[in-house]
Amino acid sequence: MNYTPQELMVAAAAREIRDGEIVFAGMRLPLIAFALAKNLHAPNAIGLFECGLMRDTPSPELLYTMGDPPNIRDALWATRMINIMGLLQQGYVDLGFIGGAEIDRFGNLNTSYVAGDNARATKLPGSGGAGDIASLSKRLCVIMAHEKRRLVERVSYITSSGFGDGDGWRARVGLPRGGPSAVITTLGVLGFDAHTGEAILRSYHPGQTIESVRAETGWDLRVAPDARETIPPTARELEIIRQYDPQGFWTR
Amino acid sequence: MTLRDAIAQFVPDGSSVAMGTALEALIPFAAGHEIIRQHKRDLTLVGPISDMLFDQLIGAGCVKKIVAAWVGNVSAGLAHNYRRAYEEQIPHAIEIFDHSNFTIALALLAGGLGAPYIPTQTLLGSDLIKTNPTFREAEFDGKKVLLVPALQPDVAILHVQRSDENGNAHAWGHLGITEEAALASKQIILIAEEIVPREIIVSDPNRVLAPNFKVCAVVHEPGCAHPSPVQGYYNRDHEFYHEYHRATRTVEGNAAWLKRWVYGVNDRKEFFRELGESRWRALQLKEHRYAAPVDYGY
Repeated sequence: MNYTPQELMVAAAAREIRDGEIVFAGMRLPLIAFALAKNLHAPNAIGLFECGLMRDTPSPELLYTMGDPPNIRDALWATRMINIMGLLQQGYVDLGFIGGAEIDRFGNLNTSYVAGDNARATKLPGSGGAGDIASLSKRLCVIMAHEKRRLVERVSYITSSGFGDGDGWRARVGLPRGGPSAVITTLGVLGFDAHTGEAILRSYHPGQTIESVRAETGWDLRVAPDARETIPPTARELEIIRQYDPQGFWTR
Repeated sequence: MTLRDAIAQFVPDGSSVAMGTALEALIPFAAGHEIIRQHKRDLTLVGPISDMLFDQLIGAGCVKKIVAAWVGNVSAGLAHNYRRAYEEQIPHAIEIFDHSNFTIALALLAGGLGAPYIPTQTLLGSDLIKTNPTFREAEFDGKKVLLVPALQPDVAILHVQRSDENGNAHAWGHLGITEEAALASKQIILIAEEIVPREIIVSDPNRVLAPNFKVCAVVHEPGCAHPSPVQGYYNRDHEFYHEYHRATRTVEGNAAWLKRWVYGVNDRKEFFRELGESRWRALQLKEHRYAAPVDYGY
């Protein structure tokens, strides 16, 4: 069956959402992953959007941004950001999705300043809500392109905290909970060691191998003993994704 | 009051200005373009994500300082002018005070409460604490907290669905940090899709945005928020964001974009002439979806 890398990533992201969970899925591919999960295995999931929305049904049409008018239609709540972020800080959010430009061995993310050859760093857009979601949700799922220059030993700037420099770091700096649980890339899916906080290859996408994924990673990536091929999207998953994004704006 | 007069009178050079506070909707682009046409300088822009508006003001040379969580183009990607200003000082250097969406909301909430700061657990361990010199770390009951100092912008420029002539306004949909910005700012410029009689506003006081005694100007400017959406009025012009993204990759491209869409038009009416009637028509509502009326009877 034919599918695009983005469709595979949407399906993988949707599988991170468990039924009944409260999730932050306010950007790009996760906007579709939320709709997919709601249609399949997580009919009781609730979506929170930091612009100030809560909904328990997928938006009636494709969203380019969480603030698009269709996302307000039949919303359960249209409110202020501070109320949504307050729920996040209290610990109500099970899973948050964010994107990343640069990530390191311990799941720290940089979307602010990337050091390079130039005198001044490259300026990326910044945190948005990502730093908050990484700080305060119970689990964090990162969606990003897998390239050696993006998966680095140590990020030069932490916008969104992962496990810092490893074991015990989050508690030490004062974060109440959480940390990354999955990184879905264009090549595979990484998980994290529960004790050391180090990234571990969980699965490699069809067409990739453990070695090809490791070759595109900027550190000596550990591999889970049961690492296997990522389960490709099913026909039903593809049908829903394509129904939702018929022009392939996000998924082609 | 006209938009031109409101900007001329209430946004002097050097002001701190809160804009784009509802996040991706209700962004007062027409006000930003008027600020550019009036060559305002040394502004401090305060907001959450700004979706393209802050980038336009930076590229036009109006900005000295950015106090925001994110400056980019939500559905299209990076902000080219923001990058050029930071990386190459084009058109000139800017200062950046990094926030997250939550901390900028808290800073304005503190401002609106008249509190000096609000403590939070967000961003602990991150490098935003280093690059935003206003943040402080402290301990409370043996636990680390981040203290987010209050912000009180000189003026908030807020786009709403409807207002009366005295600045009593209704806004609906997701509001982001609009209420916090309204309450924290010293003055408010309200821009409305419609001016309605006072009776309509007072018929539903729960929907009122902010106390009208903070409002210094009420501007009637339909379509002000294009290309961002206004619930119940028009949809988002997605392609406009992508066109901007492609056009502003180079300094020359940015100049050409500004010339066509900002300097080349005198006001929103001329902007819409340039946009074309069929494109604007395509963004209009497909259907009305009215809320059920509520009964304030007693």
